[in-house]
Amino acid sequence: MSKPKIGFYWCASCGGCDEAVVDLAENILSVVEAVDIAVWPVAMDFKRSDVENMQDGEMVVTFINGAIRNTEDREIVEILREKSKYIVAFGSCAHLGGVPGMGNLYTRESILECSYSETPSVVNPEKVCPQGETTVPEGVLTLPVLEERVWTLDQTIEVDYYLPGCPPPVALIVDGVTAFLTNQLPPKGSVLGPKHSLCLDCPRKDTKPENMLIKEFKRPHETEIDLETCLLAQGLLCLGPATRSGCGAACINGNMPCTGCLGPTDSVRDYGAKALSGIASLFDAETEADIARIADRIVDPAGTFYRYSLPGSLFQGKVFQKEGARS
Amino acid sequence: MTRHITVKPITRLEGHGVIDIILNDAGNVDHAYFQVPELRGFEKFAQGRPAEDMPQITSRICGVCPMAHHIAATKTLDSLYRVDPPSAAKKIRELVYNTFVFEDHTLHFYFLGGPDFLVGPVAPKSDRNILGVLGKFGLEIGKKVIGMRKEMRDLISLMAGKVIHPVFGLPGGISKPMRPEDQARFAAAADRGIEFALMTLDVFRKVVLGNPEYVDLITSDAYTHKTHYMGLVDGNNKVNFYDGKLRVVAPDGKEKVKFPIAEYLQHIGEHVEPWSYIKFCFLKDVGWKGFTEGPDSGVFSVAPLARLNASDGMATPKAQEARDEFYKTLGGKPVHHTLANHWARLIEMLYAAERMKELANDPEILSKEVRTIPRTTPQEGIGVVEAPRGTLIHHYQTDDRGVITHANLIVATQNNSARISMSVDKAAKKWITNGKVDDGLLNYVEMAFRAYDPCHGCGTHALPGQMSLKVRLYDAERNLIREIQQG
Amino acid sequence: MSEVSKSSSGNGFEPRIVGFFCNWCTYTAADLAGTSRLTYAPNVRVLRVMCSGRLDPQFILDAFRKGADGVLIGGCHPGDCHYQAGNHKALRRYTLLKRLLKTMGIEEERVRLEWISASEGDKVQRVINEMTEDIRRLGPLRLPPIPHAGRMPGEAVERVSSIGQETGL
Ligand code: SF4
Ligand code: SF4
Ligand code: SF4
Ligand code: FES
Repeated sequence: MSKPKIGFYWCASCGGCDEAVVDLAENILSVVEAVDIAVWPVAMDFKRSDVENMQDGEMVVTFINGAIRNTEDREIVEILREKSKYIVAFGSCAHLGGVPGMGNLYTRESILECSYSETPSVVNPEKVCPQGETTVPEGVLTLPVLEERVWTLDQTIEVDYYLPGCPPPVALIVDGVTAFLTNQLPPKGSVLGPKHSLCLDCPRKDTKPENMLIKEFKRPHETEIDLETCLLAQGLLCLGPATRSGCGAACINGNMPCTGCLGPTDSVRDYGAKALSGIASLFDAETEADIARIADRIVDPAGTFYRYSLPGSLFQGKVFQKEGARS
Repeated sequence: MTRHITVKPITRLEGHGVIDIILNDAGNVDHAYFQVPELRGFEKFAQGRPAEDMPQITSRICGVCPMAHHIAATKTLDSLYRVDPPSAAKKIRELVYNTFVFEDHTLHFYFLGGPDFLVGPVAPKSDRNILGVLGKFGLEIGKKVIGMRKEMRDLISLMAGKVIHPVFGLPGGISKPMRPEDQARFAAAADRGIEFALMTLDVFRKVVLGNPEYVDLITSDAYTHKTHYMGLVDGNNKVNFYDGKLRVVAPDGKEKVKFPIAEYLQHIGEHVEPWSYIKFCFLKDVGWKGFTEGPDSGVFSVAPLARLNASDGMATPKAQEARDEFYKTLGGKPVHHTLANHWARLIEMLYAAERMKELANDPEILSKEVRTIPRTTPQEGIGVVEAPRGTLIHHYQTDDRGVITHANLIVATQNNSARISMSVDKAAKKWITNGKVDDGLLNYVEMAFRAYDPCHGCGTHALPGQMSLKVRLYDAERNLIREIQQG
Repeated sequence: MSEVSKSSSGNGFEPRIVGFFCNWCTYTAADLAGTSRLTYAPNVRVLRVMCSGRLDPQFILDAFRKGADGVLIGGCHPGDCHYQAGNHKALRRYTLLKRLLKTMGIEEERVRLEWISASEGDKVQRVINEMTEDIRRLGPLRLPPIPHAGRMPGEAVERVSSIGQETGL
């Protein structure tokens, strides 16, 4: 019997998710041997026609990382969807939009303008900007075109499972891959990770007060950070309470607060709103003025609470009413 | 009939990479273009974010060299807040940074670029990977490579929180001191690293230098460009990855200019082409004169070969020896052969391990003083490191609260992008003639590109199976007329 | 003022406002306003919550998502909350949420928190009328639709979606 085919693909990603798979491959060669990796542009030949010629559902599962940022990303994941029995959104970019998803706070035009006209080292008096098609003396060169905004994978194609994290922790990848190989799959739509929040697994959980109240939030560069006490209790904006566990509290072990890369637990639809809600409830203040003073110390609520999940949020990004207004 | 060959995806930069080769009627190469088909817009969406988040946000530019962005951003924050971190913090940063460079250079040599030589440029594609390397040198070496890489990556996690997307950098220092037990592990790893680098240089000597065909290939005109070179140097003009001044040498090897990073805007410009999302850096005082070489072109190069050319030597003894041998063998400084990057990379690997050893054994590294809390109002900061793939510059402006208003990022591959384009074009013209195209020939083109290690890594050759090249031939209407099967 | 009437008559835009009213005060006040025949703009769809402190900010965002042009939150006056500090909690969340919404391009006037006791039927009338006019002036919100190729995980989806049905948006 032939080995089950699986695939990996990257869209607008940093490569860290693929690197995580490489780190894993060195650890679990046995799993890798049990499958036939049919698509992995980072590691092997991948021709679009090879995939197009496959039968529908020929691949058991394809893990797709990166957000959807341009036309090529979209075209290829659509083909992969047809050819794969299961699609797993791999990593926070595919899952919820990830760090590049913060691009949704700006218009596509302003992003291009910034990169090719505004940055101080650019010398571009003719305002050249990369184009979908360019005629050069020898022929025509093409480039994928940026989409209006960043999309999550499940806003582009149907997704069966999610592997959370930026990048997903090796332990979760192992469990996820094993679930496919042993056919022990949870219900469709599941996030393949623990169901509880990070605090429960945090080495500092015993120092987290039962009823925490915070008078002042501190930014990490402004204060000495104790190595043993709960970071939130020290006034640092740790998003552990709102974040799915599974990373082994990696950032906490680096003595820095959790920024929420594994995303929300199952019962939450909008990570940012929920995290914001949890943090705001800790404010030790009752009057409007006192509350405002505490809130003012959180200088970038959008980037803080939606660092990894803006495109997947209820708003998906900034609302550009004036430009977007129709009828 | 014009034919169009698209080679993709070739590699990872700030995204994916494509080589487009256009043939003329005679089947010779009209032009080969190196394209980057992606933009994610970090400079724009950095606006509005707290400056102290930049080390973690910008590391997401690249998951292969996240540490380079993390440290460049952290140093930019030092400058932004005008704080001088305690000496121990700087040493730990530099130690972790050298650990990363060592690990990354290992990855490139054994997994990515090296197999071209170790296994051979025209060996079957399916052998030109780490497994081919193992087949040739035995499992023993393979285990060492994988073990070394894992050891270094684990050490990085210990200190930095995560190896892919570290968290420990703060303006004025780092988030935690080093524990004695970790220091011992770093010191032991450094010793093993030195041994490993020396062994790797031996392999290179035997397999590559011992083979006249390879030496001819390295020194052949198809892989040679006389450009400017840039790299970070310390006070003695020795190579340094973590800090120093940027030094530029002309194609004749003489110093052209040396400047502190705060002055980068006077020296480095970025040119835009409509057919790629990557920008092309050039020396401002010469100006952008197109994709040409020589002293009258603003094109310059960065990364291992450039760093060696731009410096007067290596700051550690064994690496210095290896460097002397390098120039002696290749006919003196500067060396213009693109493929010599592989050798230069190994010399840097040795330096990284030796530097690790110095730092790990420095008693000060155990000091608990690793933070200077910034007290000033931030305004503007500029920082630089030598990423494995070349000079990396970050530049931020903020409001009084330290929220970013402007960010400029010049990544290593951008500094190299003009020369990479020229290399790809030149190699294509040399190897593809009279309509003859096969995967061996295309690998010769890819080698020109891979020598720069344009930020891809990802253990490209790590797994069994077919290899990375996507090759399609098009007629003038872009109808697919032929596909080349690899492996 | 003329601009207001122009835009309102010009495009016939009727703001849709979702009111999350605390059962113990504002909800009763709205009832009272009704029985005392205080007329107010018919633009608010009221949802009863047991306490303003129970209001999950996700519901506010989802109300916008489902087509609301504004959200009005009504709770007991400070000190009067039946669950002691629910309304303080609401105020903290509201304060931080407003800051977030500003970055997201949502005008200040579209979310409003008011303390309205059970006896203040007239305040219900005033606040609703004011807010309706404010939003009429701003125009519709028009969130771009979410392409929904896949499924969003979690039961929360169903719970949040039901807001749409209850308010008839
Ligand atoms: S999820 Fe994180 S590691 Fe993965 S591609 Fe996105 S930014 Fe990179
Ligand atoms: S808030 Fe952060 S530091 Fe505190 S217990 Fe939770 S995860 Fe750990
Ligand atoms: S601590 Fe938080 S941000 Fe860090 S890896 Fe874990 S989930 Fe991600
Ligand atoms: S009961 Fe009315 S606000 Fe709490």
